[in-house]
Amino acid sequence: MSTLTPAAPQNSVPGPTALNSGSRRSRFGKFGGKSRMDPTRNNTAAGIAAWLLALLFAAPVLWMILTSFHSENDAATNPPSLAANLTLDAYKEFFGASSGVSPWPPLINSATASILSTVLVLVLAIPAAYALSIRPVKKWTDVMFFFLSTKMMPVVAAILPLYLFAKTTGALDNIWFLILMYTSMNLPIAVWMMRSFLAEVPVEMLEAAQIDGANLLLTLRKVIAPVAMPGIAATALICFIFSWNELLLARVLTGVVAGTAPVFLTGFVSSQGLFLAKVCAAAVVISLPVLFAGFAAQDKLVQGLSLGAVK
Amino acid sequence: MTTATARISRPGTSATKPSKNARARERALAWARRAPLLPALIFLIIVTQLPFVVTLIISFLNWNSLRPDQTGFAGLENYIQVLTNADLRQAIFTTIILTVSVVLASLVIGLGLALLLDKKFIGRGLARTLLIAPFLVVPVAAALIWKHALLNPTYGLINGTLTWIWSLFGSNTPPQPDLLSQAPLMAVIVSLVWQWTPFMMLILLAGLQSRPMDTVEAAQMDGATPWDIFRHLTLPHLRQYLELGGLLGAIYIVQNFDAVFTLTSGGLGTANLPYAIYQTFYFANEYGLASAAGVVVVIGTIVVATFALRTVFSLFKKEAAR
Repeated sequence: MSTLTPAAPQNSVPGPTALNSGSRRSRFGKFGGKSRMDPTRNNTAAGIAAWLLALLFAAPVLWMILTSFHSENDAATNPPSLAANLTLDAYKEFFGASSGVSPWPPLINSATASILSTVLVLVLAIPAAYALSIRPVKKWTDVMFFFLSTKMMPVVAAILPLYLFAKTTGALDNIWFLILMYTSMNLPIAVWMMRSFLAEVPVEMLEAAQIDGANLLLTLRKVIAPVAMPGIAATALICFIFSWNELLLARVLTGVVAGTAPVFLTGFVSSQGLFLAKVCAAAVVISLPVLFAGFAAQDKLVQGLSLGAVK
Repeated sequence: MTTATARISRPGTSATKPSKNARARERALAWARRAPLLPALIFLIIVTQLPFVVTLIISFLNWNSLRPDQTGFAGLENYIQVLTNADLRQAIFTTIILTVSVVLASLVIGLGLALLLDKKFIGRGLARTLLIAPFLVVPVAAALIWKHALLNPTYGLINGTLTWIWSLFGSNTPPQPDLLSQAPLMAVIVSLVWQWTPFMMLILLAGLQSRPMDTVEAAQMDGATPWDIFRHLTLPHLRQYLELGGLLGAIYIVQNFDAVFTLTSGGLGTANLPYAIYQTFYFANEYGLASAAGVVVVIGTIVVATFALRTVFSLFKKEAAR
């Protein structure tokens, strides 16, 4: 039984042919071939269970969306009012002038920081990944692990010097400093992801291009770019999501001028008191870009988070 | 892959006795190869390693920004205080409990979900998308929703649902627990498990789908029960993915700040190290002490990371061997 490990599947598991010829006895003794479950019935049960769990896990998100379309009175009821009238009041209130605090500056700050840091990351990561995969430098694995180790260092271990530096140089509450921080936060992940994407470029094609006398630029454009493009897009999405979600750095390094959406969201609640529908509307608005980006790149998201180790 | 790449990218290194000229050319070639790497490398060293060196230095200083005249060398005093200060010691324990329980729970639930989603059923894509949603909501927003829309004792969804269920049976005295004040750490754990289970599920699903199906079919032919197959084929194959998910989850969750900050503001024994450090330097202005605590987190993370590196490395070698 213990020989049934994936490590040596070729010789340890009898193939169908061997079985049909009757030359080997079943390893599973008396159960023979009869205990195999009917695949259709099995899947229906699994489907029902999966759907129930999926709804349970999605319930808080669905509830957040539903509540954001309720009036404040209907939002805070016990038992919950599923059938209450839908209204856009919470959104109007969130974006409107009546509250006095506009969500636009923080949203624009978040967009600026996320997009610009993503661009910077790509500019730095793509050449680095090229140097680590297509024409690898010596000891490229060591370099890869150095990149990874910087990601494993908790932000709190470096935040005080960064804060002091920003304070003395006047970079505090400056969106550009935050952009640099987000770039360094995402760069290791991007290098790892991009390397795994570039490693997928078939060597035969590179060799063929070399033999045909194609120069580097032509090889990049005709051979590497077509394979790497989806990977670049996925990397960009993940860097965007991480920057958009980040709270600790933004909270410490920004303030009134450069505050991002997550910082605004935490402050928004305490200054407004509790208006549940409005809180939900704010959470929906701020999560929307990430929800869209994430649903678009589900698999790549794991690959990015697992630093390119899982394909 | 690696060997093949090395073959094409290192032309003519086998010359018996390279002349001075050839050696210079080779060196120039090596630099040309290194050049694209350097901007990223230098940038990261400056922005991440330099600050940590400064943290290391500050951790040996007696430095409270409100008393700048008393700044001086403190030796190991800050480290001793980190380990003896009741709050910081509590933060270390909280961090360990939080990390271990969230990682284990989300791994187990994630494994169950991955096994279900590995089967074909109607609307599988949509179910998968629904399951990923918790992971995609902005962490601060997710924490706010848990705090106000779900766990609020008077009008949160959870107590509201309890009221509704009890009313179905004609009772108007439903249980109305208040998790946030009665078991705040549990509230943080539940919300983090909810958020991280999809991540584990996706990693394990990737593992399941890379499983060689011929061995599974052969075992089925041989009359293996689903449990046999799970125990002896699926689980060994998933081991690497379980380790990877667990260790990466640990690295992300050790650093968690958003949930603790939003749900409980570190109250009632829920302050983990990142939150405690944030408070120590941001509000208490104890720069030396905060830095020492930061160094302690790094040491702890290095221990976890060493295992993580080994796992990632084995996956890496597998890829290189292909």
